[in-house]
Amino acid sequence: MTLLWAGILVMVAGCFALKLAGLSVPPRVLDHPFTVQVADLIPVALLGALIAVQVFADGSTLSVDARLAGLAVAAVLLALRVSFLPVVVAAALVAALLRQL
Amino acid sequence: MTTSDRSIIVDSLGVGLATGAYGVSFGAISTSSGLSVTQTCILSLLVFTGASQFAFIGIIASGGNPITGALTSVLLGSRNMFYGLSIARLLDLTPAQRLASAHLVIDESTAMSVTRTTRRQARLGFYWTGLSIFSLWNLSTFLGALAGNAIGDPRTYGLDAAVGAAFLGLLWPRLASWHARLVALFAAAVALGAVPLTSAGLPIIVGGAAAVLLGLLWRPAEAAA
Repeated sequence: MTLLWAGILVMVAGCFALKLAGLSVPPRVLDHPFTVQVADLIPVALLGALIAVQVFADGSTLSVDARLAGLAVAAVLLALRVSFLPVVVAAALVAALLRQL
Repeated sequence: MTTSDRSIIVDSLGVGLATGAYGVSFGAISTSSGLSVTQTCILSLLVFTGASQFAFIGIIASGGNPITGALTSVLLGSRNMFYGLSIARLLDLTPAQRLASAHLVIDESTAMSVTRTTRRQARLGFYWTGLSIFSLWNLSTFLGALAGNAIGDPRTYGLDAAVGAAFLGLLWPRLASWHARLVALFAAAVALGAVPLTSAGLPIIVGGAAAVLLGLLWRPAEAAA
C-alpha cells in the first residue's frame, strides 16, 4: 500500500468519526446551558467566517473581485426581503457578467 | 415568518446544485495533483467534506507528505463535529439513523437545517441538501477527474459568488441583534486575518472559534433574552 492510500484511509476514518461524534453528543450535554449558548453562537460565527473566506480568499491571499459584487447584490436583495433562491441566482449572474466584461 | 416545506426543498436543491457542481474543479485539480481517478472518486465518496478534500490535494500537489495532508484535512473536518453538535437536538435521530446520516454532516446541510424551528423542517433541509450535494458532488468529481480542465472553471458561471450569497442568505435571519452582528463580523475579520497565515480551511476554524469566544464573554442583557 502506498503512502498516498494510507493518507486517504486516515482521512476517511478521521473525517467520518468527527461527523458521527458531533451527532452523538448525549442529551445531558446538549441540554447544558453552556452547550446551548455555544450551539447558538456557532452558526453565526462559522457563517461569518465562511462568507469572508468564500468571498475574499484566493488561496492564501486576499483579493477583491466579482465575488464581492455578487455578495453586495445579495445583501441588497436580502434587505428587500427577496427569497433565498433568487438571491443566490442573482449573485451568480452578477459575478458571471462582471467577469465577461 | 413561516416557511413552507416546499420552499425548504427548493432552496436545498438550489444550494445542492451550486455546491455540487464544484466537484468538477475538485476532480480536475485532484487528478492534476497526482491522484488517480479512483483515488479522487474515493475521496469524494468516502471523505465527502469539500474543504478537507481540497486541503489534502493541495498539500499533495505542493509535494507534501500524504500523512501530514491527511491530518490537516482531519483537523479541518473537526468543524463537522461542531455542526453535528448544533443540529443533533433538532434532527433528533436514533443511534442507527445517526450512523447512516453522519456522512451528510457538512457546511451546507448544517446551514440549511440549523435555522429551522421544527424537527420535520430541519430534517427536510438536512437530507435534501446533503443528498443532493452528495449525488452531484460525486458525479461532478468523476467528470472533472476524467475531463481535466476541459469543462471549464465554475467561476465563469459565478458559482463561487453564488455560494457566498447562499451563506449570507442563511446568516441573514440570525442577524437580528447587534450581538449576533458583531459576532459574525468578528468571525469574518479574524478569518480574513488568518488567510495569509494558515492553510486552506483553517481560517474558518480560527475565525469561528474566536467569535464564539467573544460571544460567550460579551453578552449584553438584550442579547441574553
